[in-house]
Amino acid sequence: MRIRFDKLGIVIALIAACGVFFSAFAVLKPNRILQGQAKTILEALPAWAGWGLLVLLAVATAIALFRMSPWLKLTAAAAALAALTIAIGYAASFLTPAGNSYARVSPASGFWILLFAFALLAADALTRLQPPPWMRVLFLAITGGGIALLLISGSWDGLSIMKEYGGRADVFWIEAGKHVTLALGSLFAAVLAGLPLGILCHRVTWLRTGVLNTLNLVQTIPSIALFGILIGPLAWIAATVPGAAALGIRGIGAAPAFVALFLYSLLPVVANTVVGLAGVPPEANDAARGIGMTDRQRLFQVEFPLALPVILTAIRIVLVQNIGMATIAALIGGGGFGVFVFQGIGQTAMDLVLLGAVPTVALAFAAAVMLDALIEANSRVPNGVSAA
Amino acid sequence: MKAWMPVILRGLLLVLLVAFLLSPGSFEPLLKPLVQQNAPAIYNQGSLLDLTLQHLRTVFAATLAATIIAIMLAILVTRPFGAEFLPLSRSLVNIGQTFPPVAVLALAVPAVGFGEKPTLIALFLYGLLPIFENTLTALTNLPRSVMEAARGAGMTDLQRLMKVELPLSLPVMVAGIRLSVTISLATATIGSTVAAKTLGEVIIAGLQSNNLAFILQGGLIVGVLAVLIYDGLSAIERLLTRRLGIT
Amino acid sequence: MIEIDAITKRYDENTVVDNVSMVIEPRTVTVVVGTSGSGKTTLLRMINRLVEPTEGMIRLDGEDNRAIPGHELRRRIGYAIQGHGLFPHRTVAQNIATVPGLLGWEKSRIDAKVEELLTLFQLDAKTFGPRYPHELSGGQQQRVGVARALAAEPNVLLMDEPFGALDPIIRAKAQEDLLAIQRHFGTTIVLVTHDMNEAFHLADKIAVMDKGRVLQYGPPVELVRAPAAPFVETLIGDTERPFRLLAIAKAGAAAEPGDADGEPIHEDRSQQEALADLLWSGRNALPVISATGVPMGRVTLEALLKHAARPQ
Repeated sequence: MRIRFDKLGIVIALIAACGVFFSAFAVLKPNRILQGQAKTILEALPAWAGWGLLVLLAVATAIALFRMSPWLKLTAAAAALAALTIAIGYAASFLTPAGNSYARVSPASGFWILLFAFALLAADALTRLQPPPWMRVLFLAITGGGIALLLISGSWDGLSIMKEYGGRADVFWIEAGKHVTLALGSLFAAVLAGLPLGILCHRVTWLRTGVLNTLNLVQTIPSIALFGILIGPLAWIAATVPGAAALGIRGIGAAPAFVALFLYSLLPVVANTVVGLAGVPPEANDAARGIGMTDRQRLFQVEFPLALPVILTAIRIVLVQNIGMATIAALIGGGGFGVFVFQGIGQTAMDLVLLGAVPTVALAFAAAVMLDALIEANSRVPNGVSAA
Repeated sequence: MKAWMPVILRGLLLVLLVAFLLSPGSFEPLLKPLVQQNAPAIYNQGSLLDLTLQHLRTVFAATLAATIIAIMLAILVTRPFGAEFLPLSRSLVNIGQTFPPVAVLALAVPAVGFGEKPTLIALFLYGLLPIFENTLTALTNLPRSVMEAARGAGMTDLQRLMKVELPLSLPVMVAGIRLSVTISLATATIGSTVAAKTLGEVIIAGLQSNNLAFILQGGLIVGVLAVLIYDGLSAIERLLTRRLGIT
Repeated sequence: MIEIDAITKRYDENTVVDNVSMVIEPRTVTVVVGTSGSGKTTLLRMINRLVEPTEGMIRLDGEDNRAIPGHELRRRIGYAIQGHGLFPHRTVAQNIATVPGLLGWEKSRIDAKVEELLTLFQLDAKTFGPRYPHELSGGQQQRVGVARALAAEPNVLLMDEPFGALDPIIRAKAQEDLLAIQRHFGTTIVLVTHDMNEAFHLADKIAVMDKGRVLQYGPPVELVRAPAAPFVETLIGDTERPFRLLAIAKAGAAAEPGDADGEPIHEDRSQQEALADLLWSGRNALPVISATGVPMGRVTLEALLKHAARPQ
């Protein structure tokens, strides 16, 4: 039998080799700001663990190199990723001198490169497997569970990012709550306002161009500026409208961030509602009227279910975008993970930046996977007329 | 509304923008009511014109690099040689778009330090996705009959790519570039948080000194630039589409 | 009975249907023929008030069709269109159940009706009920479309180019099915088409429309015998006239006493088929038998030629 190489496997092998041979695995810094010493895998781990990890990575790379079943590749990738994440935690406790609470161990470029290589392998295997929506959510849950387990077990506690977390655990969860509230709350408000507006724009033609152009214009204003511009009007409302201040409306803080995210979210929701409704087959609409549905019945029983996948796509776009953009709210005192990102940038403490950026990315990624699964589960029936 | 109205409006907008950048001082009375007494109404820590040009330069450089790489990658994965990478590249684009620009920016800092570099990297990576996605869509959805005809006429693979596939994909590719530029123009402002010289500096200075006039002028310049560039690229796209006779 | 009384539809200055009056008898098939833009679809859509007329009145069994709200009226009238218009997000069974559901029928009654209709249209209820429209062939989709239109047992069925998207063989089958269904339920059918062959095949009466006016309204034979306008003549086609006459007459009507050899023909078949048989087999006459198989005499080439000649 001829041995067949997998082209992507070759790329992954090259990246992994790069990560093992030409980059450091972990960095040991005397304190959180100073430059540190780079350590390779064998330096960062006790011999048995270092060689064990190298052998495991070599086996996983070999599986990536040849054409094999995607399930095997997925298993290899999962094993490699799990080993890497456990090893980096172990390296941290191994490298930190006993009793030294200033020293910091962070993952170095080699760790990230290896993580990327095997994440690529996992992504490729998953793409080939084409798992049904529920299975993708299951994979996500397993990954999340694994990470939670690592966090709870304390095996990452030696890592610098966890030390940053350890110092501000209370604040972290408060900011996390603010972040999610901002992102989800503005999405909720945008759907509540955007759906009726979209339906209106679909039915009233002359309104459509005006509304969509205005919302398009809002999107061109850079997010920082929009956040800032809203400070003025909201401060004015807080000062003049009775009761507004009691509701939490203030010039700075979460209110302008909420309004800005809401305004940004409106365009995708309205535009996709219009597109979704316009994509309803005219015959289905005509038939719905012809067999005696009222306008309301037609909207809820025919147009809306058929437009749903397109509207859900908008919700996915908005949610992911909001989770990212909520980071910027920190600049105007709105809270969220951005607090750590910008504090970290200000103090040139990169571990603190990571403490803000990593949960943001993870949240956005999880939201995208779940909504994609939801969209796919809903678009089982193609939005078309003829298959014949 | 007459057909030439939008063109005149955009022309006026451009004239207004240029006038503001060349002589910001003459607009001071307009912005004065927005600031407290004694506070400056026009950005005074650098030239607005310089910052605008720097901003545009950063966006242009990142977009140019993103365009070249994205189109090359898209061509690669649509050839038989790279076909194995096609499904994966689709999922990667999907995953990549879930990375928030701020996070990309912040994560680039540890690797390359402060300044223009992390901004360029973030803009490049973020700009890559829409262009790649659009080029891929265009190249994989070419009319079958035309492709058959090209083969039937005896074109080589390279001739087909250069003379049929790329010209036909051009309007969709331009649409991707347009999307990419619009995102980059706004994202570049965030670059100022990592010390890149862009118009974000004006906005952030405004946020820090509670100066609404700064925020407004920074935001509006970026907004007007985005609208004008968006419209300009849309016009090019329409022209290309019309030339191809696709409606 | 549908009485269309001096109905007119104008869009701005554009008159689409111009002062049309006609009476459609119950339990008949009426076909409205015309080129595109003749106003035939608009006329049809004014019967169930998908389009509101500018002037005039339409009465269903003597009652003004504006007496009840439009959507209630439409629930009582079946409606089937080209490309079937099935709801892509609902199964075949759910599609058929739509109108009974809107009318608030009990579930058991709806289920029974769905099964009855599917069986009637030669679709197995267990197999096809849970499927989605895109999983069916074009012909099956079209049958489900008609089944849905008939689900609430309407007296009147309006059809807008219902067979337009089908290929010729499936279309012929669908037309036969429609006639059988019409006899089964006794439904009054108004069908719009641009296909003259379809009109002659299905219609008890044909209305020819051009530029919003009805040029002629009568039984098919009358259209051939005495076309009321040059347009009607063009539509029927000079070279088609004799064959159209034969196509609408039964072989039994041309039977005369006498013997003939060879394969007999059913009295129900058209004279056109009889002629084709004679020409193909090179005979001068062929035997005719009744539906029950009793010999009825013969049909001669000469008699058929006489039938096909211009009526005096």
